[in-house]
Amino acid sequence: MADITLRVNGSERKVSVAPEAPLLWVLRDTLELTGTKFGCGAGLCGACTVHVEGNAIRSCSTPVSQVAGKSITTIEGLSAKGLHVLQQAWLAEEVPQCGYCQTGQIMSAAALLAKTPNPTDDEIIKAMNGNLCRCGTYERIRKAIHRAASNVSASGAAR
Amino acid sequence: MSPVSRRQFVAIGGAAGAGLVIGFYLPHKNSSAEVFSPNAYLRITPDNKVTIVCARSEMGQGVRTALPMILAEELEADWKQIEIEQAGASTLFGDQTTGGSASVRTTWDPMRKAGAQAREMLISAAALTWGVPRSGCTAESGRIKHAPSNRSLTYGELVAQASTLPIPTDVPLKQSKDYKIVGQRLARVDSLAKVKGEAVFGIDFRMPGMKFALLSRCPVIGGKVSAFDDKDSKKVFGVSYVGKISDSAVAVVADNVWGAMEGRRVLNVTWDEGPNKDLDTAAVVASLKQAASKKAANIYSAGDPAKTAGRKISAEYQLPFMAHAPMEPGNCTAHYQGGKCELWAPTQVPQDCRDSVAQAVGLDPDQVKVNVTLMGGGFGRRLEHDYAVEAALVSKAINAPVKVIWTREDEMRFSTYRPASLHQLHATVDGSGFPIALTHRIIAPSISGQKGQPGPNGVDPDLPDEAGPVYGIPNYAIDYVLTETPVPLGWMRSVYALQAAFALESFIDELAVAANKDPLAYRLHLLEKDQDLPYFTTTWKTGRMRGVLKLAAEKAAWDKPLPAGRYRGIACFGCFASYMAEVVEISMDGGQTENAQPKIHRVVAAVDCGQVVNPSILEQQIQGGVIYALTNALRAKITVEKGRVVQGNFDDYSPLRMDETPTVEVYAVSSTEAPTGIGEPSVPPVAPGLCNAIYAATKKRIRSLPILS
Repeated sequence: MADITLRVNGSERKVSVAPEAPLLWVLRDTLELTGTKFGCGAGLCGACTVHVEGNAIRSCSTPVSQVAGKSITTIEGLSAKGLHVLQQAWLAEEVPQCGYCQTGQIMSAAALLAKTPNPTDDEIIKAMNGNLCRCGTYERIRKAIHRAASNVSASGAAR
Repeated sequence: MSPVSRRQFVAIGGAAGAGLVIGFYLPHKNSSAEVFSPNAYLRITPDNKVTIVCARSEMGQGVRTALPMILAEELEADWKQIEIEQAGASTLFGDQTTGGSASVRTTWDPMRKAGAQAREMLISAAALTWGVPRSGCTAESGRIKHAPSNRSLTYGELVAQASTLPIPTDVPLKQSKDYKIVGQRLARVDSLAKVKGEAVFGIDFRMPGMKFALLSRCPVIGGKVSAFDDKDSKKVFGVSYVGKISDSAVAVVADNVWGAMEGRRVLNVTWDEGPNKDLDTAAVVASLKQAASKKAANIYSAGDPAKTAGRKISAEYQLPFMAHAPMEPGNCTAHYQGGKCELWAPTQVPQDCRDSVAQAVGLDPDQVKVNVTLMGGGFGRRLEHDYAVEAALVSKAINAPVKVIWTREDEMRFSTYRPASLHQLHATVDGSGFPIALTHRIIAPSISGQKGQPGPNGVDPDLPDEAGPVYGIPNYAIDYVLTETPVPLGWMRSVYALQAAFALESFIDELAVAANKDPLAYRLHLLEKDQDLPYFTTTWKTGRMRGVLKLAAEKAAWDKPLPAGRYRGIACFGCFASYMAEVVEISMDGGQTENAQPKIHRVVAAVDCGQVVNPSILEQQIQGGVIYALTNALRAKITVEKGRVVQGNFDDYSPLRMDETPTVEVYAVSSTEAPTGIGEPSVPPVAPGLCNAIYAATKKRIRSLPILS
């Protein structure tokens, strides 16, 4: 057991957990942030994607001790106020079916847009290929990312 | 009703329609001055809140939106004021199984009547309130209006009066030309919560004092626990209980999932591997071949194929076991307390969960309450109730609420699987190369049979929805040979239709090639006469199949040549009372080399599913079904070695990713016929369409799935 301080969605959270426990389970079970999902436990599906220092990582395969003190963002903290431009685009394109993988999809897409504001199809595929969707929403995801990108460039201000 | 017979009821009831739902016909006692509730589907309160109850499970297919739309249409409700409530297991709604692409088609009549019933009563209530003739009152956007006096009242304002009125049983229904809600691309009611991460799936449900459990199960199919040593497990922080909860499983309970995972990892179980310890998939395939000549049950017959003369063409097709692999792994939360048990279950079968749990923990069904959560995909996997029974047994053992969670590996290895099958097709063709006789022999284990409900003559009761005739060939037989396997079987999206369509529509393509004819023109010739093909409770119509083929071909510009290096295939099939045709356009990565692999660029899908309730959801279901089926066709294969399922995660059972995803165009035939199934019909034509395209590219015929094996 170890006492670890995490910075999650802008708040300091002290947890007492096994240091090798994956960040995913600390988020879900200890901090009750259940928007981050368990899909495979092996970094193969992307349902557990969160941001650590702005980079998309697979929380199911990241020991919590590795991210102590680092800035962690989950879907619950993606947007400080209102919906993130990607969440808006996801609604506009009616992306979700079952919705289970979508929070991970949105987190991967947000990390992409933060670095590549106007991604090409190839750049979208490269960033999103680690995120599985069994409902087959990929086409609408791609459209939603383009929509979000053009909305950001139209408004001239990325979040 | 036992679990399997309930599923049979859906399969058969699909065509029978409204008779399934009894809630509408029960006198409803809930109406009062505080709530107007003329039937189990609807409540209106004086604060003008209109609540519609969804009695099917939401697994991504959109029922929480589509079913209320149907009621709201007849109610003349203001869609923006509707609140949706999810029904748990109930006795008010008839069979609540969500499967067989049946939710819209079996609730279409009851939901419409429920809405119309309330509307007519609200009109009467307003007429009484105002002392005017009923004929001058109309319902519109959640209000009753009286044009002659320019007055109106909201539905909420009419609750007290409406609640005193007799409930009419024979109510007029709207005509489709007057629809304002049905047929619109309305946004799904669950999307916002899903993009914010606030949607509560089964795995997300929490309650005070809840523990988490993982189960250790014998890796060999059918094996049992001999003994276990929990010394190391109990040393894991947070582990509070280790115990055998059934013949075949030991539960490890902890304060959090990770503790339960670690506790299970170090648990030492000695297994009695049982009779299947030497089973492998090759033996299953061999058993299908050995069974091929056994006596068959005829499931479709026209003319007499044996009495035809002409050129004979034959081919054999084979399909493997496949796994559903929904994104949300199996889970269920249970709280057993003395004489009652409550479940929070991501399930397609709340009533089966109730009944099976009652039996497992020794309660009456009415002592078990089942709440239905959102599901991270179903695809038929959650037609099983194993998760629920496990959770209830663990909760009873520890006397506390508990969530049982399956890992991905559990999900892959201890699931139920689409049955492997063998298909033998024979045709007698005339001088022009068209079949005057066709026989299709399906050799497969029976899902329902394995679950103890084989159906008449051993014909799995699902086959009537999924393996019917497509073409009006004058001498035509579809026969089914029942086989047995110890590999657990389940209903997977489109069930037997995927197998039947792969075999039939590949074979039709082979016949077209043998006749040196264009595969579209060949099919259209076989469908050129309007014919009714009666098949169990369905009557397939060649005219409707011809319609979707023509629509898909037109939208895919079949009559125009493709750019160099592009190839296409076409296939059609009907299941769950809907008609579907798809054109699959590919190129071959690696050109004409031996190892060339198909790259799928575009799928054009045309459907005739009667009245479309929500075109956006329809498009989602068809796009999703095509992507799901591409995984099935390209890579999905479960194998068994030494009695153990080999595949474990998304590396060795690898679903389609974005880079492999084609554009999927969806077109629906404009129709005012009653709606038919849409969750599954887009699946079956994909594999034959793709393999027919690969043949066009390579002149190599694929007769065994998966393609990339």
